Amino acid sequence: MIELKEVTKEYSKGIAALNGINLKIAQGEFVFIVGDSGSGKSTLIRLIMKELDPTSGTIVVNGQNLNRMKHRKIPMYRRGIGVVFQDFRLLKDRNIYENIAFAQRVTETSSRIIKKKVPAALSLVGLAQKYKAYPKELSGGEQQRVAIARAIVNEPAILLADEPTGNLDPTNSWEIMKLLEEANDRGTTVLVVTHNQEIVNEMKKRVVTMKKGVIVSDEKKGGYNNEN
Amino acid sequence: MKISTFGYSMKQGVKNIGRNKMFSIASVATMSACIFLFGLFYAIVINFNYIVEKAEEGVAITVFFEEDATDTQKTQIGEELAKADGVLDVNYVSAEEAWDNFQGNYFGESADLAEGFKNDNPLGNSDNYEVYMADVSKQADVVEFAESLNGVRKIRKSDVVAKTLTSVNRLVGYVSVAIVAILLAVSIFLISNTVTMGITVRREEIAIMKYIGAKDGFVRAPFVFEGLLIGIIGAVIPLVLLYFMYEKAIQYVMTKFSLLNNIIDFLPVASVYRTLLPVGIALGVGIGFVGSFFTIRKHLRV
Repeated sequence: MIELKEVTKEYSKGIAALNGINLKIAQGEFVFIVGDSGSGKSTLIRLIMKELDPTSGTIVVNGQNLNRMKHRKIPMYRRGIGVVFQDFRLLKDRNIYENIAFAQRVTETSSRIIKKKVPAALSLVGLAQKYKAYPKELSGGEQQRVAIARAIVNEPAILLADEPTGNLDPTNSWEIMKLLEEANDRGTTVLVVTHNQEIVNEMKKRVVTMKKGVIVSDEKKGGYNNEN
Repeated sequence: MKISTFGYSMKQGVKNIGRNKMFSIASVATMSACIFLFGLFYAIVINFNYIVEKAEEGVAITVFFEEDATDTQKTQIGEELAKADGVLDVNYVSAEEAWDNFQGNYFGESADLAEGFKNDNPLGNSDNYEVYMADVSKQADVVEFAESLNGVRKIRKSDVVAKTLTSVNRLVGYVSVAIVAILLAVSIFLISNTVTMGITVRREEIAIMKYIGAKDGFVRAPFVFEGLLIGIIGAVIPLVLLYFMYEKAIQYVMTKFSLLNNIIDFLPVASVYRTLLPVGIALGVGIGFVGSFFTIRKHLRV
């Protein structure tokens, strides 16, 4: 599903954010990417999103070699990936319904289907009643749930979450992780970048630990290891 | 693009104007100011051209015939002259008409002074063609051509007037091209700047669209519709304003400087707007389109 071979990314010459990474993630897996700030976690996500190109190495996602992907093909590729950010990135001037519908309009889905799918996605994240609210009227946890609804409404094969609980309290953090786990149960491959030790240790999922641009450990049912 | 997506993009374009009121007002104001200046200058130039053209039409070459020229020869000369390049009209003036005109001009109200010439036309050999020019810059060529025709004795013309009108016309042409070019450059620069400001504010929104998988066209469409709308509004406002101002200005000039009534003739507003209206709208739409289309392009590579 996701395969990185000898991937190096240098932002400026000689300084590598990622250094010869090799990583394979199978379909339906739930993977935590952990590590200190500057370890290269977010760069990894941005490379998979095709927001950045690697300096060297190969990235293959869903059978598509990203190195050879043309600019005009990127939108279609991204439609197969749902993405959740730490700062939610909702459109502040649109209500919750419009925020989620927006993800469908982008893919030129018909209005008839949008009217069915948006309430369904909102129900999945438990916000069906608040569809008229604007982002500023919601708590941080609720906003992140909207972001998840937006990420899953197109039923993507992969869900990338970059510090999804970074701005949330423990209760809300657990709710968000529960939603991501539910998406994984439905068959979506989930990749979560996080600093949250408690969650990583409790959930007993695959944990890839990064340090200074390299993978220092990759455990099947791992935990957050500070010693690395 | 699907029809529903097209409709959605249009709706978003309209909504964007409301969402970014300050930016929209700034863009419309900039566009209006530029098109207003363009319209004002166009009205001045086109009227000046019209006045010069009228003056040109009044400039005539007079072609006199040899004493022994036959009527057939005279008719032939007239036909040849009418065909010459740059000639607007050829008017035959008989010896009697020439004498009548002369009496009118020379004796004025004391027509009895001409009684002595009653049965003897002193301008008996002065029947002629008045040749009116459509383009005074070709006068020298026409004179040369007329001189080469059989049966032509003499040609009277005013080189100074022709030359002055030609050079004034040329100067107005150059100045108008230069000012229109400057105005266009300034307005595209200003619109592009204001659109950049608007896009900077919405950079995050564009980035979100791109992350979700929006195609460039989908991201661009609402901005382009917005640019087009701003362009149309920015063109209509100054055009309406100029329409009323033009009539008032002409009325003012004509009443304040009544002396000009006999010398200058201004174009009616309908004639000015026959060109200014489509050009002004096209300019607004064009600047709105160019400003938004090309400015957003560099923000699409996310």
